Amino acid sequence: MKISFLKIISISLVAFALLVFFLALNTDKRYSTEKIVGKSVDNFEIIFLNNDEVFKKQDLSNDKFHLLNIWASWCLPCKKEHSILMALKKENNLKIIGINFKDKKLNANNFLRELGNPYDFSLSDKDGTKTILFGVYGIPESILIDKKHKIISKFIGPLDVNDYEDILQLVNEK
Amino acid sequence: MKNKFIIIFFYIFFIEPSAAEVNNLESKIFKNLRCIVCQGQSIAESNSDFAQTVKIVVRDKIDQGDNEKEIYEFLAEKYGEWIIYKPKFNYINSLLWFSPYIVLVFGGLLIFKYLRREKH
Repeated sequence: MKISFLKIISISLVAFALLVFFLALNTDKRYSTEKIVGKSVDNFEIIFLNNDEVFKKQDLSNDKFHLLNIWASWCLPCKKEHSILMALKKENNLKIIGINFKDKKLNANNFLRELGNPYDFSLSDKDGTKTILFGVYGIPESILIDKKHKIISKFIGPLDVNDYEDILQLVNEK
Repeated sequence: MKNKFIIIFFYIFFIEPSAAEVNNLESKIFKNLRCIVCQGQSIAESNSDFAQTVKIVVRDKIDQGDNEKEIYEFLAEKYGEWIIYKPKFNYINSLLWFSPYIVLVFGGLLIFKYLRREKH
């Protein structure tokens, strides 16, 4: 049986198109910043919320975990997660760094006065450019950093009870 | 007077174009970056908070002397390759890059064969 050249090309083209569609449809195109998990924290310099001093990567402790929490007084979900942060404050193995995002200093301080201050260090990212280093695109977001300054987990959105348990487990197992 | 003309001449033809080049580079990069919090908009088109921040970061990076590739690599490292519209050429993306040429060649052959058969 002789198969014509025309048929071979037609079938090949259809098979090729199907292959392209199959590969394209199987690729996960959802945005995720989880690519930064497992990487070492880049060098950063972020100004403190209430003074002009600068907090650098070198200021991270070598014997404690750190939770970077990006928040603002105008952000409602930040209020929702605040009780979780207050509970995490009691954890000895963890230091919490709050990065106040595109906010007014007065409003930020009022927020902390009213709801309590869970942060060991309060920093400020007025124009949002510093938090780009951590792949932040919305707030609240939290980033857990281990003792070797490697990002071990990232939480997008407000922290909940499950996240709280995950953080405690991660902080106490390593 | 003559010296002034020379200075103005050099300013217009050498300094001004370099500022324009930076602006061109800026807008080229903005157009090739996806606004990940918007619906189908690039960073150039979007007025969202995120887009404004990325614009500041890109400008800072250009001022620091980073080139286009370095800026894309920096942002892709933080947000994934999804943030860049033009896909990078690599093993996984090679099919995407070559498929139009493969279809063109085989499609051309198909038409050629079909027309020749019609003739006979």
